[in-house]
Amino acid sequence: MLIIYAIAALGLIGLIFGLLLAIAARFFAVKTDPRVEAVKEVLPGANCGACGYAGCANFAEAVVAGDADACGCIPGGQDTATAIGEVLGQEICSTVQPVATVFCIGDCFKTVDRFTYDGVKDCSVASEFVGGFKACSYGCLGLGNCVSVCMFDAIKMGEHGLPVVDTEKCTGCGLCANACPRDIIKMLPKDDAGHLVLCNSHDRGKAVSAACKIGCIACKACVKACPEEAIEMVDNLAVIDLEKCTDCGECVPKCKPGTIHRRNAIPTAEEAVAEASRETAETA
Amino acid sequence: MEKLLSIFFIYIFVDNFVLQRFFGICPFLGVSRKMETAIGMSMAVVFVMTMATLVTWLLYNYVLVPFNLTYLQIVTFILVIASLVQMVEIVLRKISPTLYQGLGIFLPLITTNCAVMAVALLAVRQEFSLLESVVFAIAASLGFSLALIIMAGIRERLELAKMPDVLQGSAVTLVTAGILSLAFLGFKGMISL
Repeated sequence: MLIIYAIAALGLIGLIFGLLLAIAARFFAVKTDPRVEAVKEVLPGANCGACGYAGCANFAEAVVAGDADACGCIPGGQDTATAIGEVLGQEICSTVQPVATVFCIGDCFKTVDRFTYDGVKDCSVASEFVGGFKACSYGCLGLGNCVSVCMFDAIKMGEHGLPVVDTEKCTGCGLCANACPRDIIKMLPKDDAGHLVLCNSHDRGKAVSAACKIGCIACKACVKACPEEAIEMVDNLAVIDLEKCTDCGECVPKCKPGTIHRRNAIPTAEEAVAEASRETAETA
Repeated sequence: MEKLLSIFFIYIFVDNFVLQRFFGICPFLGVSRKMETAIGMSMAVVFVMTMATLVTWLLYNYVLVPFNLTYLQIVTFILVIASLVQMVEIVLRKISPTLYQGLGIFLPLITTNCAVMAVALLAVRQEFSLLESVVFAIAASLGFSLALIIMAGIRERLELAKMPDVLQGSAVTLVTAGILSLAFLGFKGMISL
């Protein structure tokens, strides 16, 4: 008998409170815009924050409220922008998807180490420690802060000690560019065309050639060779303006260290390893 | 009347729930960063504690005791408190979205706040009458609010104060809470039931 009372008492109390809550929920219902939910549906949902909002939900609210641009979702790219445009019934904007590009090809065979670093495997820590273990204080340390921060598995550490970006997987969110303590990774519009000076060193030529076989020594040969005047020296580093670059390739043979490459012909990890083993065989 | 007044005074100052009895420390530290949210939280706690004690007292004395179900008191009280908090959440979301956002996770956390549960249980255990229980609940929640608001005021000033890096954040908050508790020790023994 006791157990029936117990069940009845608790059940009744629960039922009464449940009913009260149900009435309150109806009475105080908050109307949310169904479009917010619809926009949230088409977003990638990675909450990467590349749009500048805390997460996909906040971005969806901002887009519906008109505070954010429908193209604001960088990882989603054109597909997401189109989908958002359809949901909101507004004009579809076009996005240029950026892609992460590593501006350093001074791999572990070409750039000298000043000392053996045995500390925490973190680029920021290593970079702060007596200016980094690499002879070049602008070059990639290869400890992979960019790799660990990537949510899309689009950046890997190659065997040559430099990060390699998978341009198919890269969504252009820019997390890696923020994670790099030396600002070696830059976000460029996704495109195969155009040449780049793959060096980040603002040191003077002599210092660069002492530290790295393949760094920009600021000799200005490429500046003179370029028929379009697309190359400019900025603080001891040649910079190619991609908008002016016609992809003629005149600068490539003029570059003595071989820093300039076409965007789709950045040396891969395998090439670097093969080249290094060939050189050791030659010297032997 | 005298007893009501002494209950009121005791549970605001002498036996302050937060600073003397260590109930409800979590929102005390969590929501005391800004004065605005501290006041909002205080109001929510005053409402929940008073309503919870009123309802639990009635349920205990008119349902659980007559049916010999007093062993169900904890589960019943949890049910009451959880429903009331849910109610506050629904209402708050409608009438003050800013406060709702400001309170964030701490609003649902009142559900499992030991201070609310303690008021309901202590009211029954000390065999207070209905009126005494309600006064007790109001006093305890006002005591909680007092501690929370004092803390928020101090922490807003601490934000601007110069201090060593190691002390910043949680460390200085806990030290402040300790000193506040010491200060309230001054009321000890002033009055008793």
